[in-house]
Amino acid sequence: MADLSAIEIRGVTKYYGYGESRIAAVHGANLSIRQNEFFTLLGPSGCGKTTLLRLIAGFEFPQEGELLLYGDNIAEMPPFRRPVNTVFQNYALFPHMSVADNIGFGLKMLGKSKDDVAARVGLMLKLVKMEQFAKRATSQLSGGQQQRVALARALAPAPKVLLLDEPLSALDYKLRKEMQIELKRLQAETGITFVFVTHDQEEALTMSDRVAVMSSGNILQVGSPRDIYDRPADRFVADFIGETNFLKGRLASLDGGSASIALNCGVSLTAPAPAGASMGDEVTVMIRPEHARLVAGNSESPILTGPLNDIIYFGTDTYFNIRLSDGTLFTVRQQNRPGEEGSYAQGDQVGATFPANAIRVLRG
Amino acid sequence: MTSHEELIARERQRDIRNRWLLSLPALLIILLAATGPLLVVLIYSFLTPGPYGDVVWKFATDGWFNVFFERDIFDDTLSFADANLSIFFRSVKLSVLTTILALIFGFPTAYFISTRPPSSRELWLFVITIPFWTNLLIRTFAMLEVLRNEGLVNTILIKAGIISAPIQMLFTDGAILVGMVYVYLPLMVLPLYASMEKLDFRLVEAGYDLYATPFQVLRKIIIPLVKPGMIAGSILVFIPSLGAYVTPSVLGGGKNLMLGNLIELQFGQGRNWPLGSAISITLMVIVMAALLAYVRNAGSAAERSHG
Repeated sequence: MADLSAIEIRGVTKYYGYGESRIAAVHGANLSIRQNEFFTLLGPSGCGKTTLLRLIAGFEFPQEGELLLYGDNIAEMPPFRRPVNTVFQNYALFPHMSVADNIGFGLKMLGKSKDDVAARVGLMLKLVKMEQFAKRATSQLSGGQQQRVALARALAPAPKVLLLDEPLSALDYKLRKEMQIELKRLQAETGITFVFVTHDQEEALTMSDRVAVMSSGNILQVGSPRDIYDRPADRFVADFIGETNFLKGRLASLDGGSASIALNCGVSLTAPAPAGASMGDEVTVMIRPEHARLVAGNSESPILTGPLNDIIYFGTDTYFNIRLSDGTLFTVRQQNRPGEEGSYAQGDQVGATFPANAIRVLRG
Repeated sequence: MTSHEELIARERQRDIRNRWLLSLPALLIILLAATGPLLVVLIYSFLTPGPYGDVVWKFATDGWFNVFFERDIFDDTLSFADANLSIFFRSVKLSVLTTILALIFGFPTAYFISTRPPSSRELWLFVITIPFWTNLLIRTFAMLEVLRNEGLVNTILIKAGIISAPIQMLFTDGAILVGMVYVYLPLMVLPLYASMEKLDFRLVEAGYDLYATPFQVLRKIIIPLVKPGMIAGSILVFIPSLGAYVTPSVLGGGKNLMLGNLIELQFGQGRNWPLGSAISITLMVIVMAALLAYVRNAGSAAERSHG
């Protein structure tokens, strides 16, 4: 039983609307979320990540598929019977109750005794460092404090899984950073499985054990942040997570697992071939801007060359956009060091180099 | 040096005087239109009835005395005015029942409307207000058509074979109650809708998420949050119910009087204006006492839940 998934989603489909105009918000989703995992559903708005979360919470019911919570199918179970709790995007704290009453609500509904509720509420207040606010009205709290109360309220009944629906999106940058660390701490301390929904890739990469990337109702890739970033399964994932250079080309020759790719800009590259590709196929080569290095046009045998289209200063880094012979822009991202200011100017003939293992070839 | 301050003080005095002057017409109208008639009624209640109605300008407390007591015409013994008191009692009872029933029917109606998509809510509100377009008397007569022995309900029940002879529904307290709930229901729905529309339905989801059953969500989350609407609606229904005249007179058939009818009787056939005036003021006092008790109770309850 040790390898039993906390949540197992099998072929879950949820349509909105009827007949011809119905849209699949989640389409045949398969997913297995492990125990004690910080799992993130990542995708642009409208990709179905929130719908998937609401299906797990029980606010929506799937038309097809199974939803298993520790082996029990809960697809048809009403939300008030599911041992999962949600932290809502705008917290949804009860305005007619004090902080303590908000946190104790779930326990009270579960029929716990007054003493048990009070003890647990005290524990939760301490967990989120809000002890001195117990008697306050929720309207007297700041955004960050409301967030903590919402977390405490959802954690109080000790759910088997905690669902978090973009809980940090309403906070300003600094507070968001603080709460990211706070969330990781809470997850470690409580040992509860967290399912976190966000459209913020940075949030997803820094906090998660594993990430599922979604787009238009489909789960495109599930993996560790490193997997998703370094080994994206397709062009959408590569494009959505981080910045990427895409270079179009054709598969010129195949030699075992290695392929030679003729890029449209006239350069040839050698890289591991994508699975199932055959000679003559259209392929896309992806290279992360920070994996490339800028060199002077006449030195060190650069791989790609062209004039500098523009230079964008970013504080920590600088982006150099090189115009290749076929017109596409290739971006090199370099960390700024003292004394480098003005090394390159717009229009300079420059080159870019990158190690062979920075190249990833995608089909199509 | 003080002349400057004096100037300012004089300026301010003039300012205040001007404001009073400007609001004087409005104040006069309020005084004459609102307190004037009330004052007349209060004075009339302490005068002697004239032989053909009207009043004779002679001080008497008979009007007030007769609201609560009556003297036997043969042996002069004193007893409570059972007829009047039973009408008071019936009026309060029917008004409270009307308010409760309007709340029971109005609550789901308002909930239904406020959970429709915004585009169709206006249509539903429009439907709710349609009865307001028709004269109250006509609406009441329509209800009479529904309830009478040869009316809609009895005909259907007989045709369906459920009853063999018509049930006497008209001219009962029940008929008055049905009529009043029908007439005053929109006054309950509209304020209820106004506060439900502002209800954040994510709070309902949060309730479900925290193991509250639908009934518990209703009791612990929805009702406390829409309470202001419930109070406003109850007040709007209770006050006109207590003074209702047309509905009890048409559907009660002159037998089942309410306070409004009793007052009309004293000013009309009864030719006892002082008694009518005294009953009117008693009605007002009941309304004010009920309102005060209700608002204070509801207000403190709301405060407690916010504490």
